[in-house]
Amino acid sequence: MGTLIILLVFVLFLAAIFTGGYNRRYLERARESWLWGWITTVDHKKIGIMYVTAGGLFFLIGGLEALLMRLQLMFPNNDFISGDIYNQLLSMHGTTMIFLVSLPLLFGLMNVVVPLQIGARDVAFPFLNALGFWLYFAGGLLLNLSWLFGGAPDAGWTNYATLALPEYSPGPGVNYYVMGLQITGIGTLMSGINFLVTIINMRTPGMTYLRMPLFTWSAFVASALILFTFPPLTAGLFMMMFDRLFGTHFFAVAGGGNVTIWQHIFWIFGHPEVYILVLPAFGVFSDVFSTFSRKRLFGYTSMVFALVAIGFLGFMVWVHHMFTVGLGPVANTIFAIATMAIAVPTGIKVFNWIFTMWGGRIRFSTPMLFANGFLVVFVMGGVTGVMLAVVPANFQFHDSYFVVAHFHYVLIGGTILGSFAGIYYWWPKMFGRMLSEQLGKWHFWPFYIGFHLTFFPQHWLGLYGMPRRVYTWMPGYDLELGNLLSSIGAILMTISLFFFLYNVIWSFTKGEKAGSDPWDGRTLEWTVSSPPPEYNFAQLPRVRGLDPLWVEKSAGNGEMQPAEPLGPIHMPNPNHLPFLMSLGFFISGFGFVFQSIQVGVLGLVLVVVTLFIRSFEEDHGYHIQPEELQTKGV
Amino acid sequence: MKRKGLIRAAVLLSGVSAVTGCGNRNISVLKPAGPVGDSQMDLIRLSLVIMTLVVIVVSVLYIYAVVRFRERPGQKKEIPEQVEGSKKLELLWTIIPILLLVILGIPTVSTTFQLNKKPEPAESMRVNVTGYQYWWAFEYPDYGFETANEVHIPAGKKVEFIMTSHDVIHAFWVPSLGGKQDLSPGRINRLVLQADKPGIYEGRCTELCGAGHALMNFRVIVQQPEDFEAWVNRLKKPDSQPDNDTAAEGKKLFAQNCMGCHAIQGAGYKVLGQTGPELTGLSYRTRLAGVVNNTKEDLSRWITNPQRIKPGNHMPAFDHLTEKQRKALTEYLSGLK
Repeated sequence: MGTLIILLVFVLFLAAIFTGGYNRRYLERARESWLWGWITTVDHKKIGIMYVTAGGLFFLIGGLEALLMRLQLMFPNNDFISGDIYNQLLSMHGTTMIFLVSLPLLFGLMNVVVPLQIGARDVAFPFLNALGFWLYFAGGLLLNLSWLFGGAPDAGWTNYATLALPEYSPGPGVNYYVMGLQITGIGTLMSGINFLVTIINMRTPGMTYLRMPLFTWSAFVASALILFTFPPLTAGLFMMMFDRLFGTHFFAVAGGGNVTIWQHIFWIFGHPEVYILVLPAFGVFSDVFSTFSRKRLFGYTSMVFALVAIGFLGFMVWVHHMFTVGLGPVANTIFAIATMAIAVPTGIKVFNWIFTMWGGRIRFSTPMLFANGFLVVFVMGGVTGVMLAVVPANFQFHDSYFVVAHFHYVLIGGTILGSFAGIYYWWPKMFGRMLSEQLGKWHFWPFYIGFHLTFFPQHWLGLYGMPRRVYTWMPGYDLELGNLLSSIGAILMTISLFFFLYNVIWSFTKGEKAGSDPWDGRTLEWTVSSPPPEYNFAQLPRVRGLDPLWVEKSAGNGEMQPAEPLGPIHMPNPNHLPFLMSLGFFISGFGFVFQSIQVGVLGLVLVVVTLFIRSFEEDHGYHIQPEELQTKGV
Repeated sequence: MKRKGLIRAAVLLSGVSAVTGCGNRNISVLKPAGPVGDSQMDLIRLSLVIMTLVVIVVSVLYIYAVVRFRERPGQKKEIPEQVEGSKKLELLWTIIPILLLVILGIPTVSTTFQLNKKPEPAESMRVNVTGYQYWWAFEYPDYGFETANEVHIPAGKKVEFIMTSHDVIHAFWVPSLGGKQDLSPGRINRLVLQADKPGIYEGRCTELCGAGHALMNFRVIVQQPEDFEAWVNRLKKPDSQPDNDTAAEGKKLFAQNCMGCHAIQGAGYKVLGQTGPELTGLSYRTRLAGVVNNTKEDLSRWITNPQRIKPGNHMPAFDHLTEKQRKALTEYLSGLK
C-alpha cells in the first residue's frame, strides 16, 4: 500500500512537471536561473566542464577512501578500520577512480578540446553528449549513495563471483555496483560513439586524419575501444544483476554456473578499459611535449600507429589478469607474449617523446612539469608491466602489493598526471583565466614526491609477501618501514591537492585573464578566444598542415584562413530531456538496488516517456546570424 | 633539472632503504627456498636486469635532453628546427625492444611449461587443499587424514597441491616456495611445489575472499622426511582421549558445543563436523586460526570471542561458557595429539 501511495504521488509530481501546470511562474523563474542553463546545456564546452568538475569531486571522495586505507595500514595490527568496512573502501576506491574519476576527467578534456582541435562547431550529437554526461553522473551518484543507504559494494572493483553473489555479499552493496556501473556505462558508450562520429565527420576542410593532433587521435582510438569493450561489461553486469536480483545462476556454482566466465567477461572489458584511460593521457602529453618544446612531435606517423597498435593489442591480452586461474600453460604463454608485444609501441612512444624534447626549447610551465613527471613514472610502471607478463614471475607477483604498485604507477603516472597536465594546459581555454604557475609547482612537487613515497616501497611489500586488499598485516615480517613510508606518502599527496584546490580558487578570483593563445600553441584550439564563443568558429578554418596554427605562424600572419564565407551558424537548442532521462535511470537503478521492481519499472517508464517525447519533438535548433557574431574572422 | 634528478635519487634510495635485506626468510619472494621459487626468482632477476637496463637508457637520454635543451634566458624568441622524425632512430627503438622481449620471452615460455609438468606419482606426494572462508583444509589422500591451516610436507620431495574452493575464490601463495594458484569453486587446480630445507614457510590467501581475507593465513611446515613420517604416523592414530578430569569435562563440552562444525578423529564422536577446521592433533599446530600462537590463553580468548581475533569468520562466540567450562574445553583441545 505504501509503495502504491508513493507511486501515485510520484506520477502526479511527474505529470505536474511535464505539463508545467502547477505553478507556471515558478517554472519560468527556474528556467532563467544559471543552474537551469547548466542542466539543459548541450554545449560541448560546458559539458566538458561539468565532466571535469564531477570527476574532480569524485576524485576527492576516492582519494579520501585511499587515505583512510593508508591510515589503517600505517601500522601493524591497526584497528582503525577493519574487515568489511575496509573491503567497502577498497572496492569503492577502485570503482570510483576507474569509472567516476579517470574516464570523466579525460572525457571532460576531450569534450572541451576535440571539437576545437578539429575545427568543429560542436560534437556530432550534442543531445547524446549531454545524455552521456547525465547518465554518468546519475550512475556515479547512485554508486556513492551506497555509503549512506545500506553499505557500499565490498567485492573489489573486479567484483568477482562468487564473492559478489548474494550468498557471500548480502545487502544492497553489490547491487549498487551493478546498477551504478550499468547506468554509467550506457553514458560512456554514448560518449564514445559521439566522439567517433564527431572525429570522422566534423573535421574542418584540410584537417585530414594524419593532420589531427595526437590528443584527437587518442580520443579517436579510445572511443573505438569504448565501442567494443563496454558491451561485454554491459552483458556481464546484466548477468550479475540477474544472478543477484532474480536468482539466475550464471555465476553461482551450486546452480551450475561458472565463476571463471565472469573473470573473462570482466577482463575482456577491463583490460582495454585501462588503455581507454591511458591513451587520451598519452594524447595530452604528446600535445604538451610538442608545445612546450616548441617542436613538432617527433615521428608523428609512428606515434599515431603506435596508438592504434596499443589499442588493437589491448584486446588480446586480458588473460594476463588471470594467469593464476589455471587456464593452462598454452593460454598463459600466448597471452604473455601478446602482453609483452605491447611494450614495443609503448617504447616507440616514450622515445619519440624524448626526441620531441631533443633539440627543442623546453619551457617548464606546469603542464610540462606534469608531462615530465609522467615520462619517468610511466617508464617505471611500464617495465613492471612487462615483468608481470612473465608468467612464472607473475605467479609470485599476482595479487600482491607489487601489482598495486604497478597499476598505480601506470594509472596515476598516466591518467592522473595526464589529467592534471591537461587541466593546467587547457584551463585558460576552458575558463579564460590562467592558473598560478607558482601554486602549480606547489601542487606538482609534493604530489610527485608523495606519489613515489607511497607506491615505490609497495613493490617490495609485494615481494615480501604482502597480498593486496588486506586490511591489516602482522608485525615481524619486515613490512613495517614500507607501509609507514607508503602512508606518509599518501598524506603528502593529500596535502598537495589542497594547493590545487587553492589554485582553482585563486584562478577564479585573481587569475590573470588569458588571451587566445597563452602557451604559444600549435593547434586549432588556440586560434579562438578563451573561453571560446558557443559557436567556436565564426568561420571554419582552413587547415594547411600538421599543427595548423604553427604552420600559419611560421608561414603566414599567424591567423587561420577561413574555409567558408561568413554566414548564419546553426546551433542546437538546449534541452532538459537528458537530465530527466537520467533521472529516470537513477530512480530505476535505486529501485532495483533495493529489489523493488515497482520503483525500478517506474523509473524505466520515465525513461521511455522521455524517449517518446524526444522522438516526436520538433527541434530544429536555431541560427546565429552573422551580425550577431562577437568576433570577425576565424 | 639537476634538482629533480637528485630528488628522484633520494626517493629511490628511501625506497631501497625501506627494503634493506630481502624480507623475512619465511615469506619472501626474494629468498626462495625451493626449486619452483628459484626458477621464478631467476626469471624475476632476468626481467629486472633487462628492465633496469631500459630504465637506465631512457633516464640517461631523458636527463640529457631536459638539461641540454632547456630554454635559457634570451632564447624566448628562438625557434628550434622542426624535425619530422628519423626512420633510422625509430627503427632502432622498435627493433631493440623486440630483441629484448625475445630474450625474455623464451625462458618465460619454457619455464611456464616446465612448472606445469605433473610429477611422477612415485616421487611425489599429494595434498588436497580446500579453501573456506577464512581457513584452509589440507587432506592427505595418500595417508587418509585431514588437517587445517598448517600443512606438513617433507623436505626435498615434490608435493602436488590439488586445490578447489568450498565457497568463494581464494588463492594459495607461499612466497618462499613459489606461487601461486587460485582456488575456484567448481574447478580443480594443481600447483607443484618443493621445499629444499626444513622450516616454517608462511602462506597467504591472495584473492579477496571477504571480511576475513587479510587474516586467512596458513603455514607450510617443512620437515626432514623422518620427522614427517613420525608426524604422519601420529596423526594416523591420533590420541584424542582426555588425560585428566578437567579434559574429560572438556571432551563432554566439545560434544555439546563444537562437534557440529569441527571434527576430532579417534575421540569416539559419532558426528564429525565438516564446516569448521579439523581439530585432530591440535597440539601440533603452531598457530590458531592462522593468526595467534597456539596457547591455552589464546585458545580461550578465541572461543570466547572469535570475531575479535579474526573479524568476519563464521564461528559464533561461545561467551555463554563459564570460566571453568572454558578452562576444561581448552585443556581438552590443547591436549589433542
